[in-house]
Amino acid sequence: MSRKKTITGGLFIGATAFSALLIIAIIIILLVVIIIGGKSTFSWEFLTAFPEDGMMKGGIFPAIYGTVLLVLIMSVAAVPFGTITAIYLTEYAHEKSILAQTIRFAVRTLATVPSIIFGLFGLGFFIKFIGTGMDDAFLGGQLKWGQPNILWASLTMALLTLPVVIVSVEEAIRTVPRELREASLALGATKWETIKRIVIPGSRSGIMTGTILAVSRGAGEVAPILFTGAAYYLATLPTSLSDQFMNLGYHIYIMATQSANVDQTLPIQFATTMVLLLLTFTLNLAAVIIRSRLRRKAK
Amino acid sequence: MENPINKKEFVFTRESLKKKFRWSEFLSEKIITGVAFLSITIIVLIFFFVFKESIPIFYAKKKEPVKVETIQKQEQYGGESEQSQTNSSGQEQYGVTTNDTMMIENQARVEDTIVHGSDQATFKSLTGKQWLPVSDNPRYGLIPLFVGTLKITLIAMLFAAPIAILAALFSAAFAPYWMREIIKPAIELLAGFPSVVIGFFALMVMASFFQNIFGYDGRLNAFVGGVAMALAAIPIIFTITEDALTAVPRTYTEASLALGATRWQTALFVTLPAATPGIFAAVLLGIGRVFGETMIALMATGNAAMISANPFESVRTLAATIGAEMAEVVFGDTHYNVLFLIGSLLFVFNFSLNALAEFYVKGKLVKRFQGKQS
Repeated sequence: MSRKKTITGGLFIGATAFSALLIIAIIIILLVVIIIGGKSTFSWEFLTAFPEDGMMKGGIFPAIYGTVLLVLIMSVAAVPFGTITAIYLTEYAHEKSILAQTIRFAVRTLATVPSIIFGLFGLGFFIKFIGTGMDDAFLGGQLKWGQPNILWASLTMALLTLPVVIVSVEEAIRTVPRELREASLALGATKWETIKRIVIPGSRSGIMTGTILAVSRGAGEVAPILFTGAAYYLATLPTSLSDQFMNLGYHIYIMATQSANVDQTLPIQFATTMVLLLLTFTLNLAAVIIRSRLRRKAK
Repeated sequence: MENPINKKEFVFTRESLKKKFRWSEFLSEKIITGVAFLSITIIVLIFFFVFKESIPIFYAKKKEPVKVETIQKQEQYGGESEQSQTNSSGQEQYGVTTNDTMMIENQARVEDTIVHGSDQATFKSLTGKQWLPVSDNPRYGLIPLFVGTLKITLIAMLFAAPIAILAALFSAAFAPYWMREIIKPAIELLAGFPSVVIGFFALMVMASFFQNIFGYDGRLNAFVGGVAMALAAIPIIFTITEDALTAVPRTYTEASLALGATRWQTALFVTLPAATPGIFAAVLLGIGRVFGETMIALMATGNAAMISANPFESVRTLAATIGAEMAEVVFGDTHYNVLFLIGSLLFVFNFSLNALAEFYVKGKLVKRFQGKQS
């Protein structure tokens, strides 16, 4: 082979390797910069204290509390429905049937719908249609549910994270060996009994991965809750489903763009970003590890 | 054959072979099927409800006669506020080049011609060149928003597509096993970075960094936003491209290697072309991601709605407009309806991109690997 070709080949492979390294470098730079920026402000008090002096000082406890509450309610809604859809797709539907393909297409579409659209949908459907409808029906038009609150925000977020759960669980269910299912059926168990006793326990780790990924996604998304329930500042923690709430991501957005004195609160912003980044990073890392174990088991 | 003993016990009639009806089985199957319909229902509901809130725009003309009396006044106010609006936005954008001043003059002229479009969003005013929803004489021209969104998508793709595709090629064709085991999870982790974190990084770190390099005036502009969005699009493009590359049958690469081609020649001239439809799909989905990205656009682009080809000028994207203005808008107002209309447009655009990636591209890919089409 000619020398010129060898050089071209070397350059080409070098370019691909450089691109891959560049991505990894960006990830590391992002992590390092945010952690260096937030490290000095970060402390136990920062996590457990309320904001003070119009958010100039103090901690971010209400934002953490609101985020945790949001992902909890969201998981309660998204995980069961996501799991059941995955069971339908793997156990009941025929791979080639139009219905199954349509559902698959819908799931993939749902995964690519911009998150802001979910926010609009939450506003139009949950708040204005269901919420106002509930107020008119039960409270005689008194405004309670027809305004942004944590329930509507969580349900909006659940729609966004549904595909995440479905995809993870489906992948896990496929790793349950055929033989186990057939053995169960051969012993006289019905289909539903097989699913309940063999398939679901066998894919428990997949359901867990799905939940973790959904929680991580839900904790980080801001666009869907911009106008479905997140609040700038609240002096009290949310106590009922019809309360508004503070949220880590929303807190970062507001502090970085609309705070009265951006420079003065910069350390707080970095520390808040660090908390959110480390939270989602840890969750994702856990999911990656569980999933890679699962994949190895499947081989 | 003719043995009559025990014959009855082994006869399987149609009846005896039938599955026994059980309520638990029946119910569980029906419930599971019902729940599975949920995703389809959600898609339909999303379209219906987002579109529903934008419908009043199309009936806006009925309001017109009521407002005729005030038009004279509004014109006056509109002119004034217009002046201050351009001034303030000029300050925000720092550098007003000659090109821009011309633009502003043009806009002023256009404005004179459509003053009468006070608070209705007709087709004409929706295609206007100005987005000034909160002035006394509101204008809902979507053109600057479209231009801004397209510009930022283009910038993001120029960065994201080559990097992600080359990295995917490295991972699929050249990287040793242990490196692949690092790259793929790392990209998954990048996919898990919340967009608000990337937006914050762009706003606080990248904006100053690029300003030092290029020395432009406005810290926040389409370039910073585009590069930040590339970070969000890279994981999507990488993952789908990688899948497409690894789906290329081994026989292809083996045949190429057997004919004496080197590994890089095989990767560049055999694997990559064979996976083109998949890569095309990956780029489409990346475009979809950038198109609808809200938080990065809100935080890193400067959010001034203007039409310009300069990448170092501020832009306002469609999604960011919804995110920034929906919280302050009056329910049921024309502005509110227009924002929902933007939402419907975004949804339809994203849906079409996804459908295109799904049906056209995947169909083509399958056919190609089955040898029906070269």
